[in-house]
Amino acid sequence: MFRVTRRYRFAASHRLHAPQLDEERNRRIYGKCNNPFGHGHNYEVLVTAVGPLDPATGYAVDRAALDRLVAGRVLDAFDHRNLNTEVPQFAEVVPTSENLAVEICRRLKRGWSEAFPGEWPRLDKIRIAETERNIFEIRSDEVE
Amino acid sequence: MLITRKVEFSASHVCRSDALSDDENRQRFGMAANPHGHGHNYVVEVSLEGSPDPVTGMVFDLKELKEILSREILGPYDHRFLNYEVPPFDRVVPTAENIARDIWRRLESHLNVEGRRLHSVRLYETPDLYVEYFGESPCSE
Repeated sequence: MFRVTRRYRFAASHRLHAPQLDEERNRRIYGKCNNPFGHGHNYEVLVTAVGPLDPATGYAVDRAALDRLVAGRVLDAFDHRNLNTEVPQFAEVVPTSENLAVEICRRLKRGWSEAFPGEWPRLDKIRIAETERNIFEIRSDEVE
Repeated sequence: MLITRKVEFSASHVCRSDALSDDENRQRFGMAANPHGHGHNYVVEVSLEGSPDPVTGMVFDLKELKEILSREILGPYDHRFLNYEVPPFDRVVPTAENIARDIWRRLESHLNVEGRRLHSVRLYETPDLYVEYFGESPCSE
C-alpha cells in the first residue's frame, strides 16, 4: 500500500465571529481574527490518498484525477474568496481552520467516487495550514 | 520510537509505459511522458523503528545509517537518468511510487537487524507531491 500526498494552495479572507456570542466574548476568544473587516491567509491544503499500486501505470493515485477533484470541489470555490460571504457553509459556521478542514474533507468525499470509481484509492486525510505555524489535520473517517 | 534521516538526489526520468499507446501515455502521465525526459530534486526520508540501545542510547548508529543511504541510494540514483541507468526502471515506470518501493527494497536487508526495522520510505518528487511506502503490509502511522 502507498500513501500519496499532494499539496494545494488557495488565498482567502475570513472573519472569526460566532453569532451566538456577544461582541466582547468574540473579541476575547478570537482576538485580531475578530476584526469586523476580516483578514486573509495563504492556505495550504495537503490531501493524502491511500491505495495499492496499479502495475500498468506505476501510480497508486492518478494525480490528474486528484487535481481535477480538488480544483472542482475546493479551490474554485475557495481561492480568492471571502469565505464568510461567498462559501454558503460559512454563513452560519465560523470559518476556523478546523471547520475548513471538515468542509474540505466533506467536499472531497462527496466527489470521490466520481473521480475514483474503483475500490481504490481512498481518501486518507486532509491537513490544512493556515500559516506555517498553525496546522490542522483530520482523518477522512472522522467526517460524514 | 521512530528515527528519520533525510537524503537528497537529483535525477531525470520519463514516465511512460510500453503497455500503453502514445496517446494513453500522454493522458496518464501528462508532461512527464515527454520521451526526452526531465528531472527532479528528490528528497528521501527513511524512518526506522526500534528502541534505544541501553548502552549507546541510539536506535541505530547514524554514521552507519548515513553510509548505508549514501551507498545504497545516492550511489546508484544521484545524477542519473533512471530509465537508462538504474534497474529496474528499464522495465518499470519510474513513478514516485515505484521509486519509493525500489528504495525500500534496496534498504530493507541492511536496516532490519537486531530488533530494528525499516518503518517507511517517504519520497518527495517535488515539494507538492510525496509518496509513502510501508512495505507490503497495510499503511500505518
